[in-house]
Amino acid sequence: MMVGGPSRAGAVSEKRPWTFYALGTLFVAYMAFLYGPMIVIYVLSFQGENGGVTFPMVGTSLTWFADIVKPGQMANIPVSFSRSVALASVVSLLTVVFSVAAGLGFRRRFPGSGVVFYLAVASLVMPSLLVGFGIGMGFQFLGLDTGLFTSALGAQLTWTLPFGMFAMFAVVNRFNRSWEEAAADLGASAFQRLRYITLPILLPGILGVAMGAFTLSYDEYARTTLTIGQNNTLPLEIYALISSATSPTLFAIGTLTTGGSFLVIAITLILVMRMQRRRNAAILKAG
Amino acid sequence: MSSTTSLDHIGMPRSRRFALPNLRLPGWAVSWLQVGPLMLILSVLFALPTILFLVVSFYDYDRIGIYPAFILDNYRDLVTTPATWRVYVSSLRFAVIVWGVTLFLGFSVAHFLVFHIRSSMLRTVLFLLCAIPFWTSGIIRAIAWIPFLGRNGAFNQILMGLGVTHKPLDFLLFSDFAVIVTYVHLFTLLMIGPIANSLAKIDPALIEAARDAGASRWRTMVDVIIPLSKTGIALGSLLVFTQVMGDYFVVKTMSGGQSASIVSMLSTEITAMQYPPASANAMVLVLFVAVMVACMMRVVDVRKELVK
Repeated sequence: MMVGGPSRAGAVSEKRPWTFYALGTLFVAYMAFLYGPMIVIYVLSFQGENGGVTFPMVGTSLTWFADIVKPGQMANIPVSFSRSVALASVVSLLTVVFSVAAGLGFRRRFPGSGVVFYLAVASLVMPSLLVGFGIGMGFQFLGLDTGLFTSALGAQLTWTLPFGMFAMFAVVNRFNRSWEEAAADLGASAFQRLRYITLPILLPGILGVAMGAFTLSYDEYARTTLTIGQNNTLPLEIYALISSATSPTLFAIGTLTTGGSFLVIAITLILVMRMQRRRNAAILKAG
Repeated sequence: MSSTTSLDHIGMPRSRRFALPNLRLPGWAVSWLQVGPLMLILSVLFALPTILFLVVSFYDYDRIGIYPAFILDNYRDLVTTPATWRVYVSSLRFAVIVWGVTLFLGFSVAHFLVFHIRSSMLRTVLFLLCAIPFWTSGIIRAIAWIPFLGRNGAFNQILMGLGVTHKPLDFLLFSDFAVIVTYVHLFTLLMIGPIANSLAKIDPALIEAARDAGASRWRTMVDVIIPLSKTGIALGSLLVFTQVMGDYFVVKTMSGGQSASIVSMLSTEITAMQYPPASANAMVLVLFVAVMVACMMRVVDVRKELVK
């Protein structure tokens, strides 16, 4: 899902071909399809106090946003939210460390690499609920209690680690090894090469893996439901809300999530851009 | 020494303070050290549980508990129940339709973004636009269709406003149609990502060469672009296909109880603590998905394409 690369101006002739307009129209239609229902829920999250989950709007209010932070009614959103964020942070950290290492390990062929690769593929395509089922049953047989940072963490890692590793393949493939070789020729040790050459160059890709793993974990439902034990994460709490009663509170959560995502994306973009600018400036200065 | 100054700009200290004693490990050992933690986690948390439910699928059970045994009854019961076949056929049908739609849509969008958008800044922004809804919980995105497709929903209002129809359409919500729309909404990005990644790697000179050699737009597409993007197509297909087959809540919430998914059937057995039949069911699903994935891997050697 990496974006960017050199501009492909050369690939297109000066005059736009008809396919440009056809595909452009399709793209706009896809955007409408993607955002249509999202916009409906953003609007409905401001539903008046007496309104329901469908149109028409009965006035406007912020009741449903206030409902989110009011604990105890049907579900405790703030607490489950903080649990989700804590879990997602740990998952994201572990995924980055282990999948970056694995991505680097795969740069050379080694005996047994096929086993690791296909194990990761299998883990990625395994229907999610079954992973949770297997782990939950295993914990039960061993007489262990399932919990947030034991079984649920493990169940999520079986999904984020292969994802992280495959994403790292794409990142590592673009990495030019001669940078490392140059550093080695200049007398840099293995640690110095990793710390000052490899990691800084791979950093944007690594940030992508971290964000991706965080998102996957934060949204995860099917793997977590059988491994979570007593305390629900946010998606499980949302699911419980749907099955009990529908109120625009759910939409308010959606609106907040989207707002939060925009914020996170903006911050990440600014960080990446600043990092690139600093690096370019440093390279210019060094001449 | 001019070589030292050229390293200064990336913060390399002159002294070798951080230098570790130079251990000389063979390459394969270094690789195993790097891959080891991931391998260990996947073995313990993925491979072992899978073996566990393979074993349990042969166990005996009654209303009180489960008993170690080696019987094939769980599989026999599963295969001889018509409901199993119905659910598998319906899930497979959803998977094929959704696969077709997301492939067409995902390929077109990826092609548009990679080949037709000239500014790389604009391309990044449009990619992010595709990705942003992905950050909202899948459950909320699924139920977002309810006020949109419902009887008094936004879509019916628009249709009636335009005079396309006089009565609100009923088939839109809580139907197979709603299920497919929700799947496409949730999973198209899984197709766009890998395909765009493949397309971006194609050397523009190849396309120019094809055109110079007199190939039509269509022939260039069929003979150059599609073969070169088959890794992305295979990866995207794999993700979409397995997501639909492993779906838990979309069919449950959007079909209005008319259809079931394999996994929701399985979860009913799990909540009833009937682990052996649930395990047998799980094994059949795993085998089914494994065969599909193996077929796709046959068409494209994903490994060779991903790890150079």
